[in-house]
Amino acid sequence: MTPLAAPTTTILVTIDEKTYSADPGETILDVCKREGINIPTLCFLEGVSTVGACRLCLIEIEGTRKLLPACATVVAPFQKVKTNSDRLKKNRRMTLELLFSERNHICSVCVANYNCRLQDLAHEVGMDHVRFPYLFPDCNVDGTNKIYNIDHNRCIMCTKCVRTCDEVEGAHTWDVRGRGFESRIIADFDEAWGTSPTCTLCGKCVSVCPTGALWHKQSVQNNMKKSPEMVSELTAKRGRKG
Amino acid sequence: MNLAKLNDIAAATKEKCKNKKRVCVCAGAACISSGAIQTLDSMKKIVKEKGLDKTVDVIPVGCIGACHQGPLVKILPDETIYQKITPAEAALIAEKHLAKNEVVKSLLFATGAGKESPVNSNETDFFKKQRKVVLETCGNINPESIEDYIAVGGYQALYNILSTLSQEEVIAEVKAGGLRGRGGAGFPTGLKWEMVHRYINSTKYVVCNGDEGDPGAFMDRSVLEGDPHRILEGMAIAGYAVGAQKGYIYVRAEYPLAIKRLETAIKQARVQGLLGDKIFETDFNFDIEIRIGAGAFVCGEETALLASIEGKRGTPRPRPPYPAESGLWGKPTLINNVETFANIPKLILIGGKEFASVGTQKSAGTKVFALAGKIMNTGLVEVPMGITLREIIFEIGGGIPGGKKFKAAQTGGPSGGCIPESHLDTPVDYESLGALGTIMGSGGMIIMDETSCMVDVARYFMDFCMNESCGKCVPCRVGTKQMFDLLNKICTGQGSPADLALLEELAPYVRETSLCGLGMTAPNPLMSTLRYFREEYMAHINDHWCPAGVCKMEPAAQLAEAHS
Amino acid sequence: MSKKKLATVWLGGCSGCHMSLLDIDERLLELLKLVDIVKSPIVDTKEFPGVDVALVEGAITSDEHLHEIHNIRKKTKILVAFGDCAVTANVPSLRNPIPMKDVLSRAYIEAESVDKGQIPCDDAILKLLPRVMPLHEAVKVDVFIPGCPPSADLIFYVLSELVNGRIPVLDKERLRYG
Repeated sequence: MTPLAAPTTTILVTIDEKTYSADPGETILDVCKREGINIPTLCFLEGVSTVGACRLCLIEIEGTRKLLPACATVVAPFQKVKTNSDRLKKNRRMTLELLFSERNHICSVCVANYNCRLQDLAHEVGMDHVRFPYLFPDCNVDGTNKIYNIDHNRCIMCTKCVRTCDEVEGAHTWDVRGRGFESRIIADFDEAWGTSPTCTLCGKCVSVCPTGALWHKQSVQNNMKKSPEMVSELTAKRGRKG
Repeated sequence: MNLAKLNDIAAATKEKCKNKKRVCVCAGAACISSGAIQTLDSMKKIVKEKGLDKTVDVIPVGCIGACHQGPLVKILPDETIYQKITPAEAALIAEKHLAKNEVVKSLLFATGAGKESPVNSNETDFFKKQRKVVLETCGNINPESIEDYIAVGGYQALYNILSTLSQEEVIAEVKAGGLRGRGGAGFPTGLKWEMVHRYINSTKYVVCNGDEGDPGAFMDRSVLEGDPHRILEGMAIAGYAVGAQKGYIYVRAEYPLAIKRLETAIKQARVQGLLGDKIFETDFNFDIEIRIGAGAFVCGEETALLASIEGKRGTPRPRPPYPAESGLWGKPTLINNVETFANIPKLILIGGKEFASVGTQKSAGTKVFALAGKIMNTGLVEVPMGITLREIIFEIGGGIPGGKKFKAAQTGGPSGGCIPESHLDTPVDYESLGALGTIMGSGGMIIMDETSCMVDVARYFMDFCMNESCGKCVPCRVGTKQMFDLLNKICTGQGSPADLALLEELAPYVRETSLCGLGMTAPNPLMSTLRYFREEYMAHINDHWCPAGVCKMEPAAQLAEAHS
Repeated sequence: MSKKKLATVWLGGCSGCHMSLLDIDERLLELLKLVDIVKSPIVDTKEFPGVDVALVEGAITSDEHLHEIHNIRKKTKILVAFGDCAVTANVPSLRNPIPMKDVLSRAYIEAESVDKGQIPCDDAILKLLPRVMPLHEAVKVDVFIPGCPPSADLIFYVLSELVNGRIPVLDKERLRYG
């Protein structure tokens, strides 16, 4: 969303003490990606709408008390951004610890082991253990679809599947039910995925899922490769940006 | 509608009531639940039977304030309030007070034992220190009668601005009044209006946030039930100022009476040409629709509320952009709380300068509080900003019942904090309460005495936040759950110093990383009780003992529960 | 320099981490110049002696494990959570969302290999905890080595750091779950 008084010329922003030029309307994450500055993200997907929900890409902006999500914050002239302060690092580790504690993420028996965004980030932030008790909520596996499975134990509620299904495939099979800790991804009106009249079996949700929550029935432990860039490329070809 | 017609309605209504006594039977939700409708019906019947209806009007009114003594009956113009009136006692009042002008002393509204109750209720301790702006006519007029509202000066402010002020001048007046958002955060209202006004767009919206969700808070409900036209007028004025033609009132489904009265009020206003096209024969068009919430606390957060109005799942989104820039359906949207809008007509009528003469320098005007918990006089009070908590609790509220000792006052509900005895002389304003680690909030004030365990209180509010978290962002969704579990552990005597340390690391994290206000403020009850009542936490952890005797301690669980 | 005392312990795990330990192969000999393995599944010692370093494999699944880990903690200078089961409770914890009686019934009655089974109830048998825990939920843990199992190289790195009196740091390159 472009602010009303958006300047039309190039903007200079300082990120981690280096100055870069950016186009008006670009987000801080856009600039960082282009310049090779690593900011961890989980719920962001190029090509679909931005939700700013995982809170991993939070950054510090000088003069702003609040931490802001890089994915949803538009560059402003002479902004001074910190992407990797100790405060941010501490928060990122905490976010990942909370995510691991929330459901049953047991890497060793996961189809996405070694191909998992959540796991990669845990390694990246040096999360050598989770200080919170694991919560073990009651989550099921829906194996009714003939090609894919959804294992809610692995789901981190990033809603990439929901947004991709709605905005790219146009099927809107996936949505969210419930509140807070009890919220779950559902197919249609909370039905078995296999009986969904809206699902086109396109598999885009499976490609964009960052963990082993959505997977191909043929895959076994460690071999479910994901390809979220497929959806980003598709939307880029259609000339749309999230 | 034009000024002459407005004046005619006011004059005719006044004429009808001239030299008559007015029996106001409180028909707010609290009094109805203690039998006010029966009282009202029997009062009407008796007045008719006794042939008093030439000199007496019996009307249902909105909240009179002293909810703990309902059903309340107020006699105007004497300002006499009778408490806990049954149908039989209604007959007695009719016979004595209405027929013979004799006060029924035994039924008079009383605020303390041993004291003689004044005949004029405004002289009682409960009302004496109150200052009514928002509730000015609530409890004196029939909320289902637009004529009643017009007779007390209603819609005059709307006429005034439409006929004499530019949009900028209205905004300048609101700014001069120093009014700040009564939803709790205290953002300057005039500034917000100016922001929405500044965005150039042919479609703009005005939204009234009536999704009052704090446990124990009922200010907005009382205003909506008792004086709905005041809100409509306030919204119309805002609509004119920011350049909107459409307004939405978002009310929770748990407030059926408020919804019913709002519906009636909107219909009446449309019939009278006070909503709709060409209001007061000007080019200003404005209409209002009600949207009913589905009971999610998070929908009190503005972006979640807007999503809900649009028919989407009620979840917040990152700000900026703020609703002023991109709100309902991406259009510039002004969103204010019920009480904020209720302040507007009066502010316009008396002028910003006069409005700002009440209250403190930075917090102008009055604030409505819903007193609840361990306090003598529970109910609805409106006080000037800057009054001390001690005055509210011990003078207006009448102190703690049963000879118990005061422990803490909780303001701001699940987003607020607890204030201990030592800070009771703090003036009530946005900044002072903020400095104590709590917030003004929308006006819930829960009083706790020595029988409340503060760890248990923190757990209660955390439970609330955990259940009301929308689940969108990680810190709130999982953080509140983990904080609740840790608090639960402490409350059951299983907590360790390590648990407390983890809690103290998690709480500020949730506060600084959550997506919306719900998560950002969810740790407040925990952090403020830790700040003022740390010794209670330590007693639970180190001595496995709850000083207030509330928490039940369990033996170390893991081994005892092992299967056999 | 006197040799450090090392213990390796096998709690609720599959022994895979110990297999990986043996996979450090000839480097074991190097290591043994610096440490004495005084207690291990491959050493016949009954009592847990005082040690400098204890590698503890497996999660805490029973009252016996709980008792043991408290005892180990008391007698150990540096306690290492060794492998995913010790760090996260891993596969053993898969039973946590399932009621205990269903778990036992599945193992002792319904399992395909069982004929006329019954759930054991002798007091001499250890009792399962209602919830399988990682080590750090029961005691303080000094070093965490995730991995299912941790690679031999990683184990060697951690041990060589420890015997040289350093606390190993598992950075992005070395940290690996699963």
